[in-house]
Amino acid sequence: MNIKNLMKILLTFLFVGFVSPVYSANLKWSMPGDSLTLDPHAQNEGPTHMVSRQVYESLVTRGIDMSIEPQLATSWKAKDPETWVFDLREGVVFSDGTALNASDVEFSINRALSGASDMIELIESITSVKALNYKKVEIKTEGPNPILLNQLSQIFIMSEEWSKKNGCESPQDFDASEETFCSINALGTGPFKITLREQDTRTVFERNSNWWGDQSQHNIDKIELLPINNDATRVAALLSGDIDFTNFTPAQDINRINSSSGHKVESTPQARTIFFGMDQGSDELRSSNIKGANPLKDKRVRLAMYHALDMDAIKDKVMRGLSEPAGMITFPGVQGYTKALDTRLPYDPEKSKQLLSEAGYPDGFEITLDCPNNRYINDEAICVAAVSMLAKVGIKVNLDAQPKSIHFKDLQNDLSDFYMLGWGVPTFDSHYVYSFLLASEGSWNKVGFSDARVDELVGTMLTETDLDKRNANIAEAWAIVQDNMPYLPLHHQVISWGSKSNVDVPIRTNNEPLFRHAKVN
Amino acid sequence: MLNYFLKRLIQSILVMIVVAFVSFSLFNYVGDPVHNMVGQEASTEKRQEIREKLGLNDPVHTQFLRFIGNAVKGEFGISYQLRRPVSELIAERLPATLELVFISALIAIISGVILGVYTGINRDGYLSNIILIISLFGVSLPTFVIGILFIYLFAVILGILPSFGRGEVVDLGFWNTGFLTLSGIKAIILPSITLSLFQMTYIIRLVRAEMMEILQTDYIKFARARGIQKNIINFKHALKNGLIPVITITGINVGTLVAFSIITETVFQWPGMGFLFINAVHFVDIPIMSAYLIMVAFIFVMINFVVDITYYVIDPRIRIKEEVASE
Repeated sequence: MNIKNLMKILLTFLFVGFVSPVYSANLKWSMPGDSLTLDPHAQNEGPTHMVSRQVYESLVTRGIDMSIEPQLATSWKAKDPETWVFDLREGVVFSDGTALNASDVEFSINRALSGASDMIELIESITSVKALNYKKVEIKTEGPNPILLNQLSQIFIMSEEWSKKNGCESPQDFDASEETFCSINALGTGPFKITLREQDTRTVFERNSNWWGDQSQHNIDKIELLPINNDATRVAALLSGDIDFTNFTPAQDINRINSSSGHKVESTPQARTIFFGMDQGSDELRSSNIKGANPLKDKRVRLAMYHALDMDAIKDKVMRGLSEPAGMITFPGVQGYTKALDTRLPYDPEKSKQLLSEAGYPDGFEITLDCPNNRYINDEAICVAAVSMLAKVGIKVNLDAQPKSIHFKDLQNDLSDFYMLGWGVPTFDSHYVYSFLLASEGSWNKVGFSDARVDELVGTMLTETDLDKRNANIAEAWAIVQDNMPYLPLHHQVISWGSKSNVDVPIRTNNEPLFRHAKVN
Repeated sequence: MLNYFLKRLIQSILVMIVVAFVSFSLFNYVGDPVHNMVGQEASTEKRQEIREKLGLNDPVHTQFLRFIGNAVKGEFGISYQLRRPVSELIAERLPATLELVFISALIAIISGVILGVYTGINRDGYLSNIILIISLFGVSLPTFVIGILFIYLFAVILGILPSFGRGEVVDLGFWNTGFLTLSGIKAIILPSITLSLFQMTYIIRLVRAEMMEILQTDYIKFARARGIQKNIINFKHALKNGLIPVITITGINVGTLVAFSIITETVFQWPGMGFLFINAVHFVDIPIMSAYLIMVAFIFVMINFVVDITYYVIDPRIRIKEEVASE
């Protein structure tokens, strides 16, 4: 061992012994998994964005209440329906002190549109980005795009100079053999910078003293992200004080945490709705005893299944009170959501039986329900409960619960008659729901729903810039869908954040903490 | 000698290839990595394009040959999930697993032998019976239950040991170790005991049986008759002979410790290879999964190989049989 290593060891002892208590506002944060990569465009995935969001910023962002707010851009206007001009904030620098200017924005959006970027589909309507001068950026879209701001809130801005210097002009490709510098380092304009990165073990964020924002809105000097995969271990770590905060609190442990005097749990409906899909497009179901016909084509059968599900019972018994029974497949806050549409049809097994008889299936039928077992909160347990509820009205459901990697593969390959799916909406606009789940060509429309008028409306949602007309279009589309009931809505998920009593991190419906608003008292 | 050595070597390589192929063909059933790699927005065409790029559309044997070809060169590709070279990821996590396995093996052997000898000598003592009953729990309770119980007792209720992780580690350049910091030493206590329990109870019972058998033999009786001190009989004459099978079995079982560390690592968020593997399974990260399986197969095959060769050197009977056969 040489002197240098010896010094390192001694310094570590020093650090363990003396340095750590000096930080008054340290926050130890835990979630089941880690960010997959620090490259902000390489993965469009929850925990990855949660980490990037503390370091990187976007032109516009969503505040605590999920409304769009200015961030790196202070103002914007549409020059014509296809051309937007953004004015950048003055005095913004990256955490290394270099100034942000319009060419960085141009570079970052183009980067998010290139190579193996996982953000391409989100912003594919953008045709060109141009820095007009030092602080002005022009973005052109293919046709008018009324939800451009929603989409841009997901695109993080990097430093062009830093990226090019370190050889990561474009997001890493899948078949590359070398890792890129940007996947293990980060340089953003945000309130924190990453000073240590040990994948899956420890990531240390420290206050960025160069941040343009109001430093007094949080009092966090240092955040340590310590991923803990096992639910029971994560709860034990919270109770023993090894972590201060987790945005993934298992439902079964909420009472246990609340009963501890030094801890608290907060809950809020999550921006994700869980529902069942029913294949009404095929002429014959793959897993049914009914041959030569597809009972799910008949709206009465779909309604019969709806009336047979007692979502309040599932809320009480399976979800321990942590769910909001849903009447539509999207959630409050999404443009197009209304409380009236979200009211469930009543639980009524007698009516179910009657509808089944009218449809010609007085003795019910047999079908297989495909369910993930590690994707949504209590996913398999919900399916088990649904199977017994459907059995009561005569529909014999065989449950096939599998890990998400197999479940979604089967869905993609059109192998399922009846399946569970959850849908979040990062843009908070109904178009996102329609283009994937309800348009005839939607890539997740695995129920075979096809309605010419809905397809037409999906098109106008993307291009209509008169907001009143556009809202009317969205409402009309929902009326058609609610009348046909191609999906069986189940519930909106509820998320819970557990922490020490003195830690205040405002809870958000997309489960993403914003530590720039956090306080440790 | 050379003949025997080569024979074993070829056998070992064959076993590895078979193990690798069987596990590799299983990957076809673990799901679709592409779903996890791209967001839900990705189009069907893009998914197909990535499948093509990764070679996932090729038949299994083509994929397997390509994999073996790269593995021989020491390349395991790049992780689908973490976008980093697999060899680097494994090298980063290997020290954590090996330190955990080393300490567990040490605990299992030392306490297993001591308790085994004690229960072997005092066959009907109260303490012996208590030890044996407790060891029954060690065999029958699953590792993750024991781990969680330990965490609640020592971290939540007593608050004396950390509930997860590896503590502060010191990077020695080629190796990162938790042995040089107080928090690192504290952190290894619970996971290593959890991992060692099964092996420990196994060794207790093995040593006990050996001791009991040897204490009945004639040479021990003669030693007693000669008036040799009890301790010398027990430890010098009996234990020494009783340890031979223990060493063999323990040697092989160290390999099992590496394999079983998966569960312990998951419960304690221990940043080792097993934990990396479990995450890879959830994500269908085939490069990591295959590299890990090859590594574990390699460890087992190597241990067996060394044990076989050691037998040959130690036990003259095998040597003679081999020589007769080759004549």
